[in-house]
Amino acid sequence: MSKNWPLWEVFVRSKNGLEHRHFGSLHAADAEMALENARDVYTRRNEGVSIWVVESKHIRASNPENNGELFEPAQDKVYRHPTFYNIPDEIKHM
Amino acid sequence: MSENQIKNIEAEFDARIARDEKIEPKDWMPEKYRQTHIRQISQHAHSEIVGMLPEGNWITRAPSLRRKVALLAKVQDEAGHGLYLYSACETLGISRDELYEQLHTGKAKYSSIFNYPTITWADIGAIGWLVDGAAIINQVPLCNTSYGPYARAMIRVCKEESFHQRQGYEIMMTLAEGTKEQKTMAQDALNRWWWPSLMMFGPTDAESVHTAQSMKWKLKRKTNDELRQQFVDQTVPQAELIGLTVPDPDLKWNDERQSYDFGAIDWDEFWQVVKGHGPMNKQRINARVSAWENGEWVRDAAMAYAKKQEESRTKQAM
Repeated sequence: MSKNWPLWEVFVRSKNGLEHRHFGSLHAADAEMALENARDVYTRRNEGVSIWVVESKHIRASNPENNGELFEPAQDKVYRHPTFYNIPDEIKHM
Repeated sequence: MSENQIKNIEAEFDARIARDEKIEPKDWMPEKYRQTHIRQISQHAHSEIVGMLPEGNWITRAPSLRRKVALLAKVQDEAGHGLYLYSACETLGISRDELYEQLHTGKAKYSSIFNYPTITWADIGAIGWLVDGAAIINQVPLCNTSYGPYARAMIRVCKEESFHQRQGYEIMMTLAEGTKEQKTMAQDALNRWWWPSLMMFGPTDAESVHTAQSMKWKLKRKTNDELRQQFVDQTVPQAELIGLTVPDPDLKWNDERQSYDFGAIDWDEFWQVVKGHGPMNKQRINARVSAWENGEWVRDAAMAYAKKQEESRTKQAM
């Protein structure tokens, strides 16, 4: 059994009204310590008002090799955008 | 994959970088790209960590509370920078333990500048002004480098670094305006740190083996000599302004080039220090290794505690 501290991903909300954003990662023995370390490593200059930490192993990431099948189908669906539809010039805002 | 196929994806990879696209951790990358980045990012991280040692030497002896909080904050920033960079490096598939191991066994290098001693308070001024000044010139172009996690770490580092340089220059300025002894102390620090700072930009372009490849991958945007010149041109007027003299008899403004000409660098000294024969190489690594070894029981205890908490939570849930 490894005694090494596991890796955690750190998400910080810069101010209320904004979402938590990924700031980086760090090592810590448990969630409590991960929060404390995140405060010291990522918010030394008032960068945040709220921190989330999650152990990196719990994140499931998509594989860039599958980007084609995952993301390309959205590319030819122009009808999902407002500019696809013709409306008379007289209508200024719609 | 056939050799031709590999060539094709490598060409596509280089084209992505040329288009200023970023490479992210799970993207395919040539093995050499991965290895070069592990080497450079880890070297950079190690430099931040070892770089705390020469300055840590003066925290308890800072001449005022104002200087002390500033130095403490600066050293804490270096720790933070080391940690940003280690985690960027780990995204390339190397563990933190392997990285430490490489530092502790001497397999990985760190910036040679930290193998010089800090013998007076003025050295803290000289480090902030010159060493952090040189580091900023090296680092700013890396904010646009091709590897996403490295670029993001560098943006954060660069934002924090300019306070370091200003606090150093302020120390030098204060000493230079002080008593005769204080001014002598400042001049002596400049004399000792000037040449090692110039060496921080690495070997001359003619000797530098990685430049072409690094330019292509945007690990470098300017050559070592260009960056060194930029440092000299920027720093000489700063020294003059506070009445200090750059210790180079050949230093002269060149009107034609609109730049300073400067004297020859002692590259033998540079290579001696890189190879481990600098004044402080042994002490630095010993300090680092003993901190790591003496902290082992704390790390183990924290893990044991975390496991116990986890177990008792699981038991309660059942």
